[in-house]
Amino acid sequence: MSETQSLRAWLLTDTPTSRRHAKFAAAYQGWLSFRSNTMAMIGLWILIFLVFVAIAAPLLAPHDPFEQTLANRLQGLNADGHILGTDSLGRDILSRLIYGSRITLFIVGLVALIAPITGLLVGTVAGYVGGWVDTILMRITDIFLAFPRLVLALAFVAALGAGIENAVLAISLTAWPPYARMARAETLTIRSSDYISAIQLQGAGPLRIITKHIWPLCISSLIVRVTLDMAGIILAAAGLGFLGLGAQPPSPEWGAMISEGRRFILDSWWVATMPGLAIFTVSLAFNLLGDGLRDVLDPKDAET
Amino acid sequence: MTLLDVENLWVKFPSRHGVFDAVRGVSFTLGKERLGIVGESGSGKSLTGRSILRLIRPPGIMTADHILLEGDDLMTKTERDMRAVRGQRISMVMQDPKFSLNPVMTIGAQIMEAYMLHNAVNKKAAYAKAIEMLEAVSIRVPERVMRSYPHEMSGGMGQRIMIAMMLIPNPQILIADEPTSALDVSVQRQVLDIMDTLVKDRGMGLIFISHDLNLVADFCDRVLIMYAGRIVEVCDADKLREAKHPYTRGLLNSLPRLDEPRARLEVLQRDPAWSEAPSVSGRI
Amino acid sequence: MSMLSVENLNVWFGHGRDRVDAVKDATFAVARGESFGLVGESGSGKSTILRAITGLAPDWSGNITVDGKEIGKHREKTFFKTVQMVFQDPYASLHPRHSVDQVLGETLYLHGFTDIDTRVVNLLDDVGLGAKFRFRYPHQLSGGQRQRVAIARALAPAPEVLLLDEPTSALDVSVQAEILNLLADLRTEHGLTYVMVSHDLSVVGHMCDRLAVMKDGEIVEIMDVATLRNMQATHPYSQHLLQASL
Repeated sequence: MSETQSLRAWLLTDTPTSRRHAKFAAAYQGWLSFRSNTMAMIGLWILIFLVFVAIAAPLLAPHDPFEQTLANRLQGLNADGHILGTDSLGRDILSRLIYGSRITLFIVGLVALIAPITGLLVGTVAGYVGGWVDTILMRITDIFLAFPRLVLALAFVAALGAGIENAVLAISLTAWPPYARMARAETLTIRSSDYISAIQLQGAGPLRIITKHIWPLCISSLIVRVTLDMAGIILAAAGLGFLGLGAQPPSPEWGAMISEGRRFILDSWWVATMPGLAIFTVSLAFNLLGDGLRDVLDPKDAET
Repeated sequence: MTLLDVENLWVKFPSRHGVFDAVRGVSFTLGKERLGIVGESGSGKSLTGRSILRLIRPPGIMTADHILLEGDDLMTKTERDMRAVRGQRISMVMQDPKFSLNPVMTIGAQIMEAYMLHNAVNKKAAYAKAIEMLEAVSIRVPERVMRSYPHEMSGGMGQRIMIAMMLIPNPQILIADEPTSALDVSVQRQVLDIMDTLVKDRGMGLIFISHDLNLVADFCDRVLIMYAGRIVEVCDADKLREAKHPYTRGLLNSLPRLDEPRARLEVLQRDPAWSEAPSVSGRI
Repeated sequence: MSMLSVENLNVWFGHGRDRVDAVKDATFAVARGESFGLVGESGSGKSTILRAITGLAPDWSGNITVDGKEIGKHREKTFFKTVQMVFQDPYASLHPRHSVDQVLGETLYLHGFTDIDTRVVNLLDDVGLGAKFRFRYPHQLSGGQRQRVAIARALAPAPEVLLLDEPTSALDVSVQAEILNLLADLRTEHGLTYVMVSHDLSVVGHMCDRLAVMKDGEIVEIMDVATLRNMQATHPYSQHLLQASL
């Protein structure tokens, strides 16, 4: 009992005794702050559940997601061992949802890596160096910003063929410009601060200043922005899937499932609605998580 | 003639680490005089000023036995009633006019809005009144200022405009929270003189909150010195040099003075007893 | 020979029609070990002179000589070992995500020192903070403590000249006394030369040997502290400032 108490005191301290101690203490106090936000915790739990489902898919899915039994098509909820019913080819919707979570995570994970990192690089360099480098980088950003996502995806499909990887690429290429703009705006504000002037007076070069001084300050708002964008990214992937440009049949991608179920929306509403609810839940979870993270990472933006 | 009577004011902020008492048991009265409240950052002086106007927002909690404005207890008023008090009977001028004037409205529009909010007059009358107030604060070409935006004004002019705006509704009390801290030294005097004249002519009470002990001693009639949420000493402004409390003496001695050169400045030794002792009453 | 000398310094921002001349034709010299004050109101150009000396204000003309060497457009590493600066706002001069240890450690690393750990501890002792502040973050420090860290950072490369830009304006009166005492002690201990900018004549009167009064970018008068104390300033603006600060 006293050991946990002293661990807690160690983590809550205001006078850390080593670098490691300081980092752990800061992380723990941030975690406490996050944990006090119930909505954010709900979002976090949903996402943890999503990851768990994706990992344990083979163990959780009651049926094979690709197994078609045409005799069993369009069965309703709770019919005969199919809790969420079957789709137009007799495939179990619940199993397809469970396996589809893997695809969703794949898309979300990849875009979340590519878009913000690219945006961070472009934005901070443009903001710090300024001059014609800034102009060129920002005009490139504008060009990518001008592309509607679906038009770009169509172009990719035409050039490279349809598929989930090309869909991810298309989404990432249209998702990074806002991060670049955000990173650049933050860099411009930070650049004129006294602590940047101070490190310049120690002879630090632009590389060190950008990576060690500017990036740590941009990253928190980027993380928040990414989680809030996740909803949009999932929907974009779903939209592409809906148009047949993303995951190809028989892949159980949630957007493609909605597309397939569109025809039956009046009679067998569950075929399109169940994947729709899944998308809604995950998007909401990301939004709540993003809100909570913003309160912790950027406390001055938090709503009181 | 007591304008304001504050008894046992407390302001608390609950947080994850416990409740923080920012203002602890402050009591004072204000007549038709200039009362200075002096303290360093964290002493609770600004919060005291805001409490009088009941501007403490949650999670802050404000309690007091009473806050009597000419016999009217502000603690019993609803938020709606307080809105009739703020600006009308008690006004507040804050530190930086850059942050207290609306940057997207012309100055004329803001002053007229302030006036029309509390008086049912038409625009023409409001305009005339605004010009009159600007002239009262020694602004030479008031028509031009009426058409300008706040960012076009210097600090001193901005502060004078704030004073004009705050005094239009003819309040009984003016609370000035560090009104000259953001201004240059030569402009400070000018703004203070204007505030002084207006307060005297209208028979108002003035609460002057500042960290600058010498400025307050110069300008005010009575001074309350606050430390850690409590009043530690009350004295007449002209007797400040003879202050008795070790905190006040420490503050006075730690200031560098042109006329008394010293090799080292005296460093204030904080005694925990100062924050534990009860608040000295500032009642007359 | 003077430690720092400035001749006909002009500093401007913007060009063409938008050009603002922040400093016009400033000339003064600071002897080794002297403490020189730059006084004026806001907009007088006093802080801009410091920024021009350190290279933070890029558009300037005239002569700046440090320790006999003339300064060109770019500052070399050796310059930063000789001249360092302490900024005005302690709440803005430390990186919010770097601990005190990181701030001092990085500074020492950039100047090529290898015994970083010992030096960090020594610097913290020098400024009266001590080892227990080593791993704190700025938000866990008070204004006075942050300013001490900023002074420690400036002292890390063992400079000879310290440029102090209103080092105590943002601090409480009692904290100001501590920091001014610390600065005076450090100057004696390390034989430093100070150029201190302030709007507060009594602070300058306490800390400096000579001072220059600035108005609208120009130096209107240079005088001894004794002249200041005796209210014998000759230029009418200096007299006006003296009157206003009493």
